[in-house]
Amino acid sequence: MKRRTLLATPIALAATRVRAAEKTKILWWHAMTAALADQVNHIANGFNASQNEVEIQAVYKGGYADTMTAVIAASRAGQAPHLVQIFEVGTGTMLAARKAVKPVWELAKETGLAIDPKAYIPAVRGYYSLSDGRMASMPFNSSTAVMWYNKDAFRKAGLDPDKAPATWQEVRKAAETIKAKNAAPVAMTTSWPVWVQMEQYSALHDLPFATKSDGFDGLDAELTFNNKGQVKHIERLLQMSKEGSFKYAGRDNAPDPLIVSGEAAISFGSSSSRGDLVKSAKFNWAEAYLPYDPDIIKTPKNSIIGGASLWTMTAPGRTQAEYKAVAEFLKYIGKPDVDATWSQKTGYVPVTFAGYELSKQQGFFTKNVGADIPVEQLARGTVTPNTKGLRLGRLPEIRNIIEEELEKALQGGQSAQQAMDVAVTRGNRVLREFAKAAKA
Amino acid sequence: MDRRTIFNGRLLPVALLLPQLLLTIFFFYWPAGQAVWSSLTTQDAFGQGWVFVGMDNFVDLFTDPLYVASIIRTVFFCLAVSVLAMGVALALAVFADRSIAGRGVYRTLLIWPYAIAPAMSAVLFLFVLNPRVGLLGRWLNDHGIAWDYALNGNQAMLMVVSASAWKQVSYNFIFFLAGLQSIPRAVTEAARMDGAKGWHRFRTITFPLLSPTTFFLLVVNVVYAAFDTFGTIYALTQGGPGQDTQTLVLKVFLDGVINQDIGSSSAQSVVLMVGVIAITAVQFRFMGRKTVS
Amino acid sequence: MKNRPDYLAHAVLILGVVLFALPVWLVFAGSTQDSDAIMRGDLSLIPNLANLSVYKRVLLDGTMGTEPVWHMLMISLGMALAIACGKIFISILSAYAVVFFRFPFRQVAFWLIFVTLMLPVEVRIIPTYAVMADFGLINTFTGLWVPLIASATATLLFRQIFTAIPDELVEAARIDGAGPLRFLWDIVLPVSRTNIAALFVILFVYGWNQYLWPLLVATNQGLDTIVIGIVKMIGEDTQTDWAAVMATAVLALLPPVLVVVLMQRWFVAGLTEGEK
Repeated sequence: MKRRTLLATPIALAATRVRAAEKTKILWWHAMTAALADQVNHIANGFNASQNEVEIQAVYKGGYADTMTAVIAASRAGQAPHLVQIFEVGTGTMLAARKAVKPVWELAKETGLAIDPKAYIPAVRGYYSLSDGRMASMPFNSSTAVMWYNKDAFRKAGLDPDKAPATWQEVRKAAETIKAKNAAPVAMTTSWPVWVQMEQYSALHDLPFATKSDGFDGLDAELTFNNKGQVKHIERLLQMSKEGSFKYAGRDNAPDPLIVSGEAAISFGSSSSRGDLVKSAKFNWAEAYLPYDPDIIKTPKNSIIGGASLWTMTAPGRTQAEYKAVAEFLKYIGKPDVDATWSQKTGYVPVTFAGYELSKQQGFFTKNVGADIPVEQLARGTVTPNTKGLRLGRLPEIRNIIEEELEKALQGGQSAQQAMDVAVTRGNRVLREFAKAAKA
Repeated sequence: MDRRTIFNGRLLPVALLLPQLLLTIFFFYWPAGQAVWSSLTTQDAFGQGWVFVGMDNFVDLFTDPLYVASIIRTVFFCLAVSVLAMGVALALAVFADRSIAGRGVYRTLLIWPYAIAPAMSAVLFLFVLNPRVGLLGRWLNDHGIAWDYALNGNQAMLMVVSASAWKQVSYNFIFFLAGLQSIPRAVTEAARMDGAKGWHRFRTITFPLLSPTTFFLLVVNVVYAAFDTFGTIYALTQGGPGQDTQTLVLKVFLDGVINQDIGSSSAQSVVLMVGVIAITAVQFRFMGRKTVS
Repeated sequence: MKNRPDYLAHAVLILGVVLFALPVWLVFAGSTQDSDAIMRGDLSLIPNLANLSVYKRVLLDGTMGTEPVWHMLMISLGMALAIACGKIFISILSAYAVVFFRFPFRQVAFWLIFVTLMLPVEVRIIPTYAVMADFGLINTFTGLWVPLIASATATLLFRQIFTAIPDELVEAARIDGAGPLRFLWDIVLPVSRTNIAALFVILFVYGWNQYLWPLLVATNQGLDTIVIGIVKMIGEDTQTDWAAVMATAVLALLPPVLVVVLMQRWFVAGLTEGEK
C-alpha cells in the first residue's frame, strides 16, 4: 500500500547515509530558481567533476525566507546542512548565531586552506565581514539595485531611448511624460521597495539608515531613516503614486514580472533580473545607474549589495573532513573562471577582482552594454560609514514593518513623515529585543 | 451519560487509550506548555539564548495598537464570513427544500465544494479576480474600475472574506437543509392554512425552529473563519497590503516563522488558546453535549 | 402541489450551482490555453480541448521549482489516508475504552482528551513545530500526519454513538461469552459503519486540504503536498506557467471532490446525525 512505501522511504534514505561513503558528501541548501538554479547546478556539477574527494549536492529549499526558516529548524534539530544560502538581511541574525555557524575565517584557520579576503571586491566582502576585516560568510550572489527601462516605451513617449535619466527629477519628468502619452501600461514601478528606495537611496546619498555606521559598530544602533532626506524621497513617491506616474506593485520581487514583460517603462530592481531579461524580453531594454537627487548630493556614492552569501553550518558529529570539503568548495567558487561564468550568466556581480578582470578580458562587457553598471556602481567613490551596507538584527522584520507603513501611506492613510516615524519606532523596538536576546 | 453495562478489566482499557493519550500529551500539552513558557521569554532565532521577561510580551501585545487593531479586524472578518456564508447557504437550503424536480442533483452540485481546500479557494479566486490574470479582475480594470487588492486594503478584505465565505457555504447548506427537513410538515402546513405568506411563514415559524442549527453553525463558522482561513488569506494577500488582512492566526505565523519573534508569537498563541476555550465553553453550555466536526 | 414548476427555486439554485462551478470551470478552461496569453489577461471561458497535453506534462514534470505533480498527489494521498485511518483508529479505541469500561482515572483521561477539542492546530503551531524540531521529525513524512490525528473530535463522536448502543446488545454478547474485543469487532464496528464512513470523508478532506502544517514541516520539496505545490507555483517566478498551475489545480481538486460525491449519502448522514 502506498502509505507504507512512503513511510519506508525515509528509513531507507537514512540507512544509506549510515553506510560509509568514499567521497565526503556535503549538502548545500539554496534559494535559486529558474535560470539562476541552472547556474547553481552547473557550479555544483563542475565542482564534483573537478576532483574526486568531495561531492556536493545542491538542494532548492524555497525562497530566501523559507530557506532561512528551514535552516534554523534544522539547526535546532542538529540536522543543519553544510552550506546554506542566506540573504543579506539575514546576516545580522546569522552573526548572532554563535556556535550554530562556522565563520569563514575560522574555517580557513582550522582547515589550513587559505582564503584571502583581499581577493574579493571590498563592497561585496564588507557586508559579510567583521569590522576587523575577517570574513564571516562567503559572498556568492551579490547583486545591487539598478534601473531598468523599456527603450520602446521611451521612443513612443518621445524620449531619447539611449539616454537614461540620471537624476530623480529627470526620472519623474520621464515617468510623467510616459503616463501622459500613454506609452506604457505602467510608467514607473519598483521591486524590493525598501531595499531600493530606502536602503540603496540612503547609501547613494550618504544618509544614515541607522546610527553606529548602519549597525556595524554595535547592537545599540537606532534607526534614522525618518530624517529629511529619506522622507523627501518617500513623499516624492507618494505624490507620483497619486498622480499615476508611479504604481506600487507589491513587496520583494513580486513586481518583477512587470519588468520582464516590459509593461513597466521604468523600474528598479536587482541586477540579477538581467538573466531573465536576456532570456525572455520581447522588447528593447536597457540597464542604467540608479538615479540620485542633486539637491541632496552632487556626486552619488556607491550602492550597497543585495543578494545572498553562503554560511557554513555546524552540526553535532560533523567531521574535520567535512569542513575541509566545504572549504574546498568555497575556494572553487572563488576561481576566476567560475566566478566570471556565474556573474555573466546571471547578472550578479563578480565577487573577486580576478573574476571581474577575466570578464573584461573576454570582452563580455563590450558585447553586453550595461552589464558592467552594477560593478561600477558598487565600486565608485569612497566608502563612508553610510555606504558599507546594513548590519541590523531581524532586518527582514524591519523591512516588513517599513513596507506595511509605506502601503498604508500609499492608500492615503498617513503622510510620508508619519509612516517613517512609526516605522522607526516599531523597528527600534525590534532592534532592542534582538540585542537583548543576542546578549543572553 | 454513563452506561450500566460495562466490561471488566483495567489493563485493556488503558492499552486502548494509550495511543491517543500519548499523542495528546506530545502534541497538545507539551507544545501548549512550551507556548506558555516561550511567551514568558525573549529568544534569539536559533534558540541558543533566552531571557525571562515575565509578562512583558503580553503587556507589549495589548498596548500595541496594531495588535488591538488585529483583534478588531479578526472579529469583523469572522462575523462577515459567517454572516455571508450562512446567509447564502440558508437561502439555497430554503429553495432546495421545496418539492422541485432535480432536487437530488441540486443537492449534489451544492455539496461538492465542501471538498475544496481553503488554500485552493484562494487559488480559484485568484484566477477570477487577480487584476492582471483573472477574468473578472482584468475586466474591471479595463472598464475603468481600479481593482487591485495588492494595493487597496478594502478590496483585499473583500477578496478574503468572499473567498473564505464561498468555501464554507456547502457545509452550512448541508446543515440548514437537514434542519429544514426535520421541521415537521404539519407545522408549515398549518401555518400556510392560516394564510401566512412565504416570507412571513419563514420569519415566524421556520427561522425560529432553525435556531439550534443556526447557533451551532455560527460557532463553527466563527472558529473556521478565525483559524482555517489561514491558507486562503496567506495564499491571496499574505496579510497585506500593510496589515489590512492580517487576522490573528496570520499574525502568529508571520511573527513566529517569518519574523522569528518566538516570544511574541507564543504570547499570541496563548491569547488565542484562551479565546478558543472561551468560545467552545460557550458553545457547550448553550447546547449541551453536541458533537462537532 | 405540482401545478407549475417553481421558477424562483430553480433560478436561485441554478445561480448557486453556477457560483460554485464557475471558478472551477474557468480553471479547467484555462489549463488548456496558452500561458503567455493568460499572463496578458486573455483568459477565456472556452476550453481548447485539443490542448490536454498540459496535464501529462504537469503530471510527469511539474513546473519549474516544483516536483512532478504525480509525486505531490501521492504525498497528499498518503497524508490524507494516514490521517483518516489513523484518527479513526485511535478514536475508536479511546472512545470504546471510555464508554465500555470503568477504571481509575477514567474521567481524568477523558477530560485530558476532551480539552484538546479546543485547540485547533493553528493555535499551537509554533510550539508544536518546536517540539517536532527537537524530535527530529521535521521534514519527514511521519511528521506530516502524526500531529494532526491527535485531536478529540472523532473520539467525541464515537463516544456518543457507543453510548447509544442498546444495553441488550451488550448483554447478549456477554451471555454468549464474548470478550470486549470480540464485541468491538463483531457488534460495535458494524453498527457504526455509517459514522465511520462519514468520518472517513471528513478526515480525508481535512487531511488533503491541510496547508499551514505541511508548509512548516516539509522543507524538503520531496514532501510537498499538492496544495502546497500549487501555491508555490504561483509564488515563485517572473514567468509563472499559468496553464500548468491551472491544470495542477484541477488535478488537486479531483480526489477530495470524488470522495465527497461518491460517499455523499453517508457523509451527509454522518454529519447531521449528531444534530438531531
